Amino acid sequence: MKLAKLIEFLRDRLKAVTLVCIGVLALLALLDILFVSNEEAHTAIEHIPAFWSIFGFVGCVLIIVLSKWYGHLGIMTREDYYEDKDE
Amino acid sequence: MNSFWLHPSLILILGSLLLLLVPTRLKRGYLLLIPILLFARILTMARGEFGQVHILQWTLVFGRVDALSSVFGYIMSLMCILSTLYGAHVRDDWQHIASWFYVAGSIGCIYAGDFITLFLFWEMMAFSSVFLIWFRGRRESLFAGYRYLLVHVAGGVALLAGMVLHCNAPGNDWSFNLLDVHHPTVAIYLIMAGFILNAAVPPLHAWLPDAYGEATFNGSVFLCAFTTKTAVYALCRGFAGMEILVVLGVIMALYGVIYAVLENDCRRLLAYHIISQVGYMVAGVGLGTQMAINGACAHAFAHILYKGLLFMGCGAVLHMTGESKFTELGGLWKKMPWTFVFTLIGGLSISAFPLFSGFVSKSMIVSAGFEEHKYWVGFLLLLASSGTFLHTGLKVPYFIWFGKNKPKQETWDRAGEPPWNMNAAMIIASALCIFIGCYTPYLYKMLPYPALAAEYHPYNAYHIFETLQILLFTGLGFFLLLKKLVPDPTISLDMDWFYRKGWRVFLWVAHKPVQAADTFIGELYRVAGLVPLMLSARVAGLFDNEVIDGAVDGFAESIRGIGRRLRFAQRGQMQQNLAFAFAVAALLILAFLWYSNALAR
Repeated sequence: MKLAKLIEFLRDRLKAVTLVCIGVLALLALLDILFVSNEEAHTAIEHIPAFWSIFGFVGCVLIIVLSKWYGHLGIMTREDYYEDKDE
Repeated sequence: MNSFWLHPSLILILGSLLLLLVPTRLKRGYLLLIPILLFARILTMARGEFGQVHILQWTLVFGRVDALSSVFGYIMSLMCILSTLYGAHVRDDWQHIASWFYVAGSIGCIYAGDFITLFLFWEMMAFSSVFLIWFRGRRESLFAGYRYLLVHVAGGVALLAGMVLHCNAPGNDWSFNLLDVHHPTVAIYLIMAGFILNAAVPPLHAWLPDAYGEATFNGSVFLCAFTTKTAVYALCRGFAGMEILVVLGVIMALYGVIYAVLENDCRRLLAYHIISQVGYMVAGVGLGTQMAINGACAHAFAHILYKGLLFMGCGAVLHMTGESKFTELGGLWKKMPWTFVFTLIGGLSISAFPLFSGFVSKSMIVSAGFEEHKYWVGFLLLLASSGTFLHTGLKVPYFIWFGKNKPKQETWDRAGEPPWNMNAAMIIASALCIFIGCYTPYLYKMLPYPALAAEYHPYNAYHIFETLQILLFTGLGFFLLLKKLVPDPTISLDMDWFYRKGWRVFLWVAHKPVQAADTFIGELYRVAGLVPLMLSARVAGLFDNEVIDGAVDGFAESIRGIGRRLRFAQRGQMQQNLAFAFAVAALLILAFLWYSNALAR
């Protein structure tokens, strides 16, 4: 089970893995600001530096928060909701 | 009839009938042979119109082979090989027969050149796929199957009504081509309702998570590929450029994402993401440009593979552990690491990571939206793809294979890598997902407008950076808000509430207003009894006692009887009843068609 060993190896070094991930994120945004041309942009708003990073992060947070809010309006309910109590 | 043309569905139908006769030791080989023959037949089929049959006044076209039907036929038959391989160790022949009939129905729809043929295969799909839910054998799956069937029969009736109205209108015939989407009639809307019900467009979508979460572990792998994508094909064929589909598609894409946040069952979560992904395709059909139709077909192609792969991964977890709820799973990386990798590949493909299949297909639809200057379509679809990665790329793998939750000891002991054939199916599907993402001409050459597709280059710096930023920063959001995403042991109410709880409203109506009316009428009788028309009152009373009460009591008694039978009905008996009911319905339909055409002459 070499694959499980690899996962264990990474899990034991969670801090380092996290740091690498944050580094990748920062590098990605930086490269985008410095090197990627905006010629192919469809709208003006995309010219904001690292626009798609902001879009991804804000979008994700919005989806989670709004969905949870919606779920707690009464959409999420107990698992036996549909079970017939008469039987 | 023109010269003999072997319909690909016939291979599956004959193959499944012979399956019962094949000796056990040859069965696995046979199970692979038939889908491979199907695939070979589809690969070798020449373009053109074949299999024309004249019945009464109609010309049925069983084989319209053109660019659009070929790409769908190709991927459907390829998926049939993979799904059959995935479930090849299942000993129950009837499961294989049901799934092959289901695929045969889907392929029949794709090559159908007229509405009657389309409808026959359309119904064949519904009536064979329901067995993939029933064979799970749970009490819940029995009910889920009935709901699935009832919803699809309702959709079929809408489709049939639309067809009859449309095709009998002056100037129309029964051939199935692009409809007049800019001047839709009631008939066209009815046909569209039948199609979008199968494509699971809200509010006609609740059957999908209900059924796919409840089907057998391999049944869902079949289900996730065929019904919705056959509907996408039908929409591409008949409704390209129908404006309302753009709006519906975008709503779908986001709707699935929202419900996926709330979902605790991994297969139901994937089912909500089918709705989300089919939303892209429906929006593509609505945009209707060549680029958008290319995108819808490409995305359907890629989707069938990665969604199949995801259902294979979660199906493997269900098959091995008996659990599919996040709250009952966790930390499985030690026991099923390879299943994790395959599921992750499916997750990266659906999220449209560069080098994976979704990247080269989804972006076509998004670009088509931007090119049409429908910016809101582009941005909202990109928002949905952030949600896709959030759930399928992160939530599913994290809460099954990692997470803080510890499964029960017996779940843990049962867990392990699945049998070789399941692994093999997942390896091939993973390889195809990566291959499509890396080598674009393979898919692009098959699309309905290959010349246009060849000019499309998804791999440019701007697009790669756009996608990577959206996805990776979604990942950041996921880990920062991880606590909010820990699944709760709940279910989420959806549109199925209306037919699952609606009967209570019916009961309430029966209890309250009908009873009040009854009391009121009784009072009237009493008052009327005071006036000197005693005789008529007595007659009325007699009528009330004997006829109305008798009828009401008798009706109630028979409903109770039916209810009692339904409650204790064994599967076999009900299936016979349904088959009988369907046969009668089919005869009635044929009689009606013949009659209406005879009138028209």
